[in-house]
Amino acid sequence: MPVATTASASTVATKPRSKRKRDTSWGFLPWVAPAAVTILFVFGYSLYQLFTQSLQYQGTWAGLDNFKIVLSDPLFRTAIAHNALLLLVVPILLALAMSLAILLFETRRGLRGYRATLFFPYILPIPVVGVVFGQLLQFHGALNKVFGAVGLGGLASDWLGDPSRALWTMAAIIVWKEVGFGIILFLARLISLPTEVFEAARLDGAGFFRTHLRITIPMLRPLIFFYIVNEAIVMVSWVFNYVYVMTNGQGGPGTSTVVSELYIYRAAFQDQHPELAAAASVLLFAATLILVVGFFRLQRGEGTFGE
Amino acid sequence: MKGHTLSTQRLGALLRHFVLIIFSIGALAPVYLMVSGAFKSQDEFLRNPWSFPTAPHFGAFKSALSDQLGRWFLNSMFLTVTAVGITVAIGALAAWGLVHWPFRGRGTVLGITVSLMVVPPVVLLIPLFQMGARLGWISTFRIVVLIYVGLMLPFSVYLLANFFRTIPPSILEAASIDGASAWRTFRSIVLPLSGPPVVTLFVVNLLWVWNELLLALVFLQSDSKKTLMVGITGFQSRYSLDIPTVMAGMSIATLPLVLTYLFGQRYFIQGLTSGGVKGE
Repeated sequence: MPVATTASASTVATKPRSKRKRDTSWGFLPWVAPAAVTILFVFGYSLYQLFTQSLQYQGTWAGLDNFKIVLSDPLFRTAIAHNALLLLVVPILLALAMSLAILLFETRRGLRGYRATLFFPYILPIPVVGVVFGQLLQFHGALNKVFGAVGLGGLASDWLGDPSRALWTMAAIIVWKEVGFGIILFLARLISLPTEVFEAARLDGAGFFRTHLRITIPMLRPLIFFYIVNEAIVMVSWVFNYVYVMTNGQGGPGTSTVVSELYIYRAAFQDQHPELAAAASVLLFAATLILVVGFFRLQRGEGTFGE
Repeated sequence: MKGHTLSTQRLGALLRHFVLIIFSIGALAPVYLMVSGAFKSQDEFLRNPWSFPTAPHFGAFKSALSDQLGRWFLNSMFLTVTAVGITVAIGALAAWGLVHWPFRGRGTVLGITVSLMVVPPVVLLIPLFQMGARLGWISTFRIVVLIYVGLMLPFSVYLLANFFRTIPPSILEAASIDGASAWRTFRSIVLPLSGPPVVTLFVVNLLWVWNELLLALVFLQSDSKKTLMVGITGFQSRYSLDIPTVMAGMSIATLPLVLTYLFGQRYFIQGLTSGGVKGE
């Protein structure tokens, strides 16, 4: 669920509570133990098992065979390609979220109402979103009716049933649901910026576009990095629910919407190949790690967030 | 001059509101389709899905509820309340333990905890399922609660630890001079001050558990244990010829979230912006 954080962990730890008594340095153990045991079980045990299993076949050592099989599986390659295509949505999300946040920031009247409305899709359950859009996007569905009514009937299409469009339709639905998160993230940061900067820009006669291109966006840079990485992780490893709900767990039509998570799910629970699923999981985990490490690299270069 | 800038300002404001209204309509249109669809008859919906239900029918809600929807709803309620309650309780203890006793390597522990937030659940799915099968815990709530708690803890500990650090040391020192134990300080000073972050955690975690699909799908297979999200995912294929019933089911599944959102919007926004959270 939670992905990355806007404040780096080290800032929590580096300011020691100087004058506190330090009688027993192990005194924290009983406090931390329940959480630590749960985390070790859910994450530690699982990741250990996962890595072990990805190197085995039915209990015996198999080296990298599972990885070879997975990487040469055309379905896995298709799945990875689809995740890669979904990454193209990230710049669109960024542009939309930031523009809308800036528009909201400039708006005094009705700000709360707009914010509540634009954020609303983000709280909806994906199964609900999937089912409603499934109705909305049918060939005789509500969207095509709107196109017909405004004289754009030629645009009508079976949005989720046409293999050449299904993935992009899904991407659009993800944007619809996800963009609210970006809006409130950027808006919260904009509101916390010193107002003098904007006043100075206005006194200098800078217009809307100049002010935001030259002042706002540079000041949001660290947050922009965070958002890009966060959404990239979503596109690579958190889209299962959308695909599962909208295609009845099939990734269809054909294989047009199969993504890596669905590949893992099907390998494990439909084809009964837990070793292959484990190998694919390790690859997915590695991809996520690379994104996170890349983020912390960038962050170190940029200074920390949240001050 | 002055008049000129004023009119460009007004034009700009008009344009801004125009764009915002268009996007707001876009955000709400599918929701309107769902809610209005629940009050229509099948014929009405097919004739014009956008029309307003002038003569509302309630039959769809009745048939949705006469299915197992009520059961699933209660299952989801139970899971959400239990998992979120346990998470906040042991998360608060752990956060206080980490903040109150500075020890070597604390930074590393917190760093690792934070980085666990990015592990995709699907990666943990296979080993956890095998574990559950070995224990005979498939289709039990306890394994799902355990996993949910584990997945929510990193963010919860992180958020609370950050908050506890902002409590002025002078208050805590006064307590320790008075001879209060760590437990008493925690109970009578720290917790009463922690209302807002605790509510934030409740709201954000509640949203996540309520909407969680993958783990519930894999671990709760028996019909009597299904959560609402798993149930309504199969709902569509069962009622594919009865759109109003599907829409009524979806509306019922969304209602608790809408209520939480209306009352806790502030906390949602605080929680999500204080440590970017993804709701899937």
